[in-house]
Amino acid sequence: MFLINCPYCGPREESEFHPAGEAHLKRPANPEKLSDIEWADYLFMRQNTKGILLERWVHRHGCRRWFNVARDTRTNKVLHVYQMGDSPPTQLKHIKP
Amino acid sequence: MYLCGLLEPVPCGLSDTMLSKSMQKYSIYALLRNALNFHENWHRAWRSPAPKPEYDVIIVGGGGHGLATAYYLAKEHGITNIAVLEKGWIGGGNTGRNTTIIRSNYLWDESAAMYEKSLQLFEGLSQELNFNIMFSQRGVMNLAHSLSDMRELKRRVNAIRLNGIDSEILTTIQIKELLPIINTSPQSRYPILGASLQKRAGIARHDAVAWGYARGADSHGVDIIQNCEVTGMLRKGGCITGVETTKGIIQAPKIGIVAAGHTSVLAAMAGIRLPLNSYPLQAMVSEPIKPIHPCVVMSNAVHVYVSQSDKGEMVLGAGIDGYHSYTQRGSFHVVEGQLGALCELFPIFSRLRLVRQWGGIVDISPDASPILSKTPIKGFYINGGWGTGGFKATPGSGWSFAHTIARDEPHELNAPFTLDRFVSGALIDEHGAAAVAH
Amino acid sequence: MSAGYRLQKGGLIDRKTRLNFTFNGQAMSGYEGDTLASALLASGTRIIGRSFKYHRPRGIFATGVEEPNALVQLERGPRTLPNQQATRISLYDGLIADSINCWPSPDYDAMSILGLFYRLIPAGFYYKTFMRPATAWRFYEYFIRHAAGLGCAPTEPDPDHYDKMNAHCDVLIVGAGPAGLTAALGATRSGARVILVDEQDQIGGWLLNENRIINGQPSKEWLNAAFLELNDTADAQILTKTTAFGYFDHNFIALCEHRGPTQVNGNGLSRQRIWRVRAKQVVLATGAIERPLVFADNDRPGVMLSGAVRAYAHRYGVAAGRRVLIFTNNDDAYRTGLALKEAGVAVPAIVDLRHDPSGELAVAAVRAGIEILDGSAVTRVLGSRGVTGVDIMNLNNTGDGVIGAPRRISCDVIATSGGWNPTIHLHSHSGGKTIFDKRRGIFLPSKTTEANFSVGAANGTFSLSDCLKAGMKIGKQAARNAGISSHNRRKAPVSIKEEEADSRLLWIVPTACPTSHKSRHFLDQANDVTVSDIQLAAREGYASIEHAKRYTTLGMAPDQGKTGNTHGLAVLSQVLGTEDPGETGTTTFRPPYTPVTIGALAGRDVGPLMDPIRMTPMHHWHELAGCAWEDVGQWKRPWYYPQNSEDGLKAVHRECLAVRNAVGILDASTLGKIDIRGPDAVILLNKVYTNSWESLKINRCRYGLMLSEDGMIFDDGVTTRLAKDHFLMTTTSGNAAQVLEWLEEWLQTEWPDLRVYCTSVTEQWANITICGPSARALLLEFTDDIDLTNESFPSMSMREGTIAGVNARVFRISYTGEISYEINVPASYGMHVWTALINAGKKYGITPFGTETMHVLRAEKGYIVVGQETDGTVIPSDLGMNWAVSEKKDFIGKRSLSRTNSMRTDRKQLVGLLTENPTTILPEGGQITAKQTLSTPTPMIGYITSSYYSAVLGHSIALALIKGGRELHGDCVFVPLEDKSIVATVINPIFYDIKGERLNG
Repeated sequence: MFLINCPYCGPREESEFHPAGEAHLKRPANPEKLSDIEWADYLFMRQNTKGILLERWVHRHGCRRWFNVARDTRTNKVLHVYQMGDSPPTQLKHIKP
Repeated sequence: MYLCGLLEPVPCGLSDTMLSKSMQKYSIYALLRNALNFHENWHRAWRSPAPKPEYDVIIVGGGGHGLATAYYLAKEHGITNIAVLEKGWIGGGNTGRNTTIIRSNYLWDESAAMYEKSLQLFEGLSQELNFNIMFSQRGVMNLAHSLSDMRELKRRVNAIRLNGIDSEILTTIQIKELLPIINTSPQSRYPILGASLQKRAGIARHDAVAWGYARGADSHGVDIIQNCEVTGMLRKGGCITGVETTKGIIQAPKIGIVAAGHTSVLAAMAGIRLPLNSYPLQAMVSEPIKPIHPCVVMSNAVHVYVSQSDKGEMVLGAGIDGYHSYTQRGSFHVVEGQLGALCELFPIFSRLRLVRQWGGIVDISPDASPILSKTPIKGFYINGGWGTGGFKATPGSGWSFAHTIARDEPHELNAPFTLDRFVSGALIDEHGAAAVAH
Repeated sequence: MSAGYRLQKGGLIDRKTRLNFTFNGQAMSGYEGDTLASALLASGTRIIGRSFKYHRPRGIFATGVEEPNALVQLERGPRTLPNQQATRISLYDGLIADSINCWPSPDYDAMSILGLFYRLIPAGFYYKTFMRPATAWRFYEYFIRHAAGLGCAPTEPDPDHYDKMNAHCDVLIVGAGPAGLTAALGATRSGARVILVDEQDQIGGWLLNENRIINGQPSKEWLNAAFLELNDTADAQILTKTTAFGYFDHNFIALCEHRGPTQVNGNGLSRQRIWRVRAKQVVLATGAIERPLVFADNDRPGVMLSGAVRAYAHRYGVAAGRRVLIFTNNDDAYRTGLALKEAGVAVPAIVDLRHDPSGELAVAAVRAGIEILDGSAVTRVLGSRGVTGVDIMNLNNTGDGVIGAPRRISCDVIATSGGWNPTIHLHSHSGGKTIFDKRRGIFLPSKTTEANFSVGAANGTFSLSDCLKAGMKIGKQAARNAGISSHNRRKAPVSIKEEEADSRLLWIVPTACPTSHKSRHFLDQANDVTVSDIQLAAREGYASIEHAKRYTTLGMAPDQGKTGNTHGLAVLSQVLGTEDPGETGTTTFRPPYTPVTIGALAGRDVGPLMDPIRMTPMHHWHELAGCAWEDVGQWKRPWYYPQNSEDGLKAVHRECLAVRNAVGILDASTLGKIDIRGPDAVILLNKVYTNSWESLKINRCRYGLMLSEDGMIFDDGVTTRLAKDHFLMTTTSGNAAQVLEWLEEWLQTEWPDLRVYCTSVTEQWANITICGPSARALLLEFTDDIDLTNESFPSMSMREGTIAGVNARVFRISYTGEISYEINVPASYGMHVWTALINAGKKYGITPFGTETMHVLRAEKGYIVVGQETDGTVIPSDLGMNWAVSEKKDFIGKRSLSRTNSMRTDRKQLVGLLTENPTTILPEGGQITAKQTLSTPTPMIGYITSSYYSAVLGHSIALALIKGGRELHGDCVFVPLEDKSIVATVINPIFYDIKGERLNG
């Protein structure tokens, strides 16, 4: 069971949180202009990284805030926690997903 | 009685002609014969060859699905110059980690056809492979705990029946008769209101399925290469040409990816993105006890599934952990929740003890149905996304994937399971079909 | 009854407190401080049970969690427990234990006939037979299943309960042996908060089994002092009888604390407690487990681990036998010989695989007058129900054969030692790597992935003095790593170091004939796996250790192969011709370390506490009214209110007619309610709902459909504008939490710039809905500040005012087609308003109704239920609800509605169905075919989503989703059931008051 450092509440047990997959998704500004393929890409294609994954979690049974986590899916180590809207940690960028 | 059964004469059946000549036949007589010389003359079940530089087909992934694919390629399509590449030991992924449930009680026509094909192949598999996979058709029961569960269950049973597959509805009293240890009290938190039962469904010995297919494929000349990890895909233009492995480059004009847990990692090596997410799924067994639980019980609302193995252990599973992970480990609180559900359904199990607990990596697609498909790269085929229920599909998956690779076109069984469906929206939404929420 | 195995003195037992117990119906006794195993040994009981596969007689082999053989069924009745290790059961007065897996008794077992056929049933024999005829497997399986399994599950309800505790600490120390204790002392002296956990009933670990000197005093006195110091330290918690069984991500360790029946009985205490510990640092001082030598017939009752024999003498004052032969490859077993000799037990010889053992202990043994047979091996064990003697032969130079003539020595116990395996299970659970130490033939922890240390025997440090030193050092280090900076310069306790010579690694002790032939060398006694089984597996290509394990079942028993796995791996390596077992692989240890009770893991989350029950403010009224309940998510909702001896159908008819003809009252408090406020609230609603919201006037309500991004209907409900920037959204009862999270997800992740806040107010408001022709008249009696006329208070609007003296929001929202008032009052006033309405409504014939009636009434009107008419594959046009979908704006899911599959004309569409016979109710979930047939398979064109008998119409009605259904109005379709096929006519899905005239009363 993970220990996740909620940026608003501090470290809490995983059971208080809910994982929600890839972070930094951006909803297309004009969905109507997209082809079916492009729309399917937005709908279904997600990072399934074996390595450092930038993902979203929500503190469901806590402050109900969403935030981002950089976690290594090979070890489950949480490397960084940051607020929505913040950029991904630069020091992790060189690690290839 | 027991020994009479042991010594029952073996009728000469069709399967002898199916067996490749090189395969040593298993039977009670063979056991007797070999017992005389202390079992020193048994052949290897499969060889351990060094990889050749080139094959007609490479199957990446030596689990049940991959080995079945190789077997049916050889048997049904006459393609025998095949390598099955396995990064560890065959059957070591989800094949050897699942809770071994086999059933075909799926809602949608497309799924029902695929899983029923599998179930039918399972029904003759021990004989076909001459390897006892111990398919025990003890029945699978899916419980309903609410009015909406019941409505959904009836819809499902009707659909399954009209698809020509056995399925029936049980009342709470019938459930209790079949399974006296289950808690049918109306006072329980989510009382059992009824169940569906597929009698032909059941469990099998998971390792044996992998080993049986391996032995069968090997006897047709398929090279099974273990400890050989694929590290890259070789392409020329729009065609696949081979793989880079920890044992060097191996070439082939056709490559099939059948590596549950790593489907998207391998596809990415060829530049293909897949709508798959990989999550941990945990399973566990109790200590062995004398028979007490005769069938398989699955509950979606009170989230757990359980059967008793021939060895006497309770085999337990439930839902996935919701985060991406390749660790083959899950979180403790998920196990705790699952066992609470177990004790609710089977209160007497509270005093049994858990002896082993583990995790696998499941690839889940947006509609919880598999992808068994050609890809934009010529000669590159994907078989994955079986989610939490791949074991039951092993024979049908291998059978139809072999067809897809051999003919370069899907069989009608797997034609609905293409990648295109995510673009058109023609999903085969089985979110409710497994007894687990995804 | 032989009572002569109890030594005259010694041990930690309390000889003044005699405890009586029963084994297989026979009365026996022991002392306080005994385990069941030590008491049985003391009483001279040799055969405890029968083995799993061959039903060979088996006795006590070990002294702790590693015991593979001595399993019993403990107690009878509701507290019976299967497969309990006798070595782990603390003796108590009145204990009852029985042998398992044997009939009629362990001494004479009918199934031992299987042993005669052992050559027919080698490893994996079942894969090779039982295949003919194809249908017969279930027949064979019946017998195999009944032969397999060990003890019996309890059949009565569990009289005990279990609980859980969460704990945090700086340093968790697992194992209170010498290394763990000094680590605990080191860490606490530095000021760290420490939890020290040990599976035994007192601290000391292996020291409890020894008589050693520490700091110049007997080790037991040092233990007492250490205990007192830790016990007096506020920040140190000692948990005994507690097993650390699993090491999970981020330094989360699960412990299981055991309490005996005597502690629990009548005291209200939980039987076991799971400790969920999050530690900054973990010290694994888990010790080591002795492994046997693998020789022919090494499973006979009387063959025991050398350390166990010593433990029984030192700790329990029990001689395992009268003549104990020692068989070893190392120096440690000499301690056993010396201890026995000192206690007056005959030690006919120490048989040592090594030539010229010359360590201190060997010298001491010679001085003590024990004969040492070096370079020799036990090649045969005499006696099938218990050891009566051995044959000993000389080993050849390479150790793979024996030479010369056997020498026979009589003995009743063989104390064997093949060295000690560090207990690296928890290290392995945590993802830590291991390396194989070739010289010593053991796996050691190497790289760690979590914040932990392995220390002492668990780290391959076997000498007591080194363990004491290493423990102290690591304890201090762990405290430092946990961020405790205070210094502590106190030294580790000291003990005299006894120099030990290297052991001789000989994985299989040879006999005069090959191992596959006559004799059986057992690797895994719990599952009856022999050396020849592993050899067979390797020969057949099951050459990976995981294959070999699975093929032979090595290490798959409840003891998880604690005494046999390393040998198994080594034997496999030998067959494969690899020198180094480390290259062949290591087996992965999986949690739990020892079996854990399922009830303990479930804890309190069972029975009514399995899932929270949500109750509305009027719950108690419904209960007194005797309603039937429906579970809707976690909510309990009244399903219907039967009167007198009414069945459900009759009650629903009555309730339906009451609403249509008079007035009904419904508790709709479970509806999800979300308060949405902020200048950008309209923008949010426009994004999440399919229709537009700008034009909605204050105090007006609008129905909305919510889609997920793939275009599928996900929720619906009515939202009301309370002010320019303030809305109240309602959701389906089951989806309230999901909808709120959905709104928050979009707001926080995609549109953080939107100025809008969402708050769940579901539980703050009671919703009392009255509907029916008399609803207005009834409500008039309760308000003087709301004008109830249609003109002033039209349908789909809201008024604030006073109802029965309570500030209320009244919504004219109708789900039944009748004039309807949803009266929202603060939850605490719900019961007051409800009872006031019920009392005043009697003259109108007010009738409380439940969810079933609500569903019938809404179906009469063709209103959908999300989750019933939808299943996650339904888009708005399927339900004919494009009127609720805006063409002009974007909203979540819109783009998906123009995918090719959404545009298909043969999509399933919502229709009404009528049967020929008005009393025939179509089955919900019935599948629909275009042709009348009972043969299968047959193509299906749709299914029935809702079906009821409409009392007001006097005939049955149904809603269905049918492919291209809107084109089929007037056509016949068929609903095939098992024995018949029902005909139905497709119609428009509105059955009652098609023009909607009743809505205004």
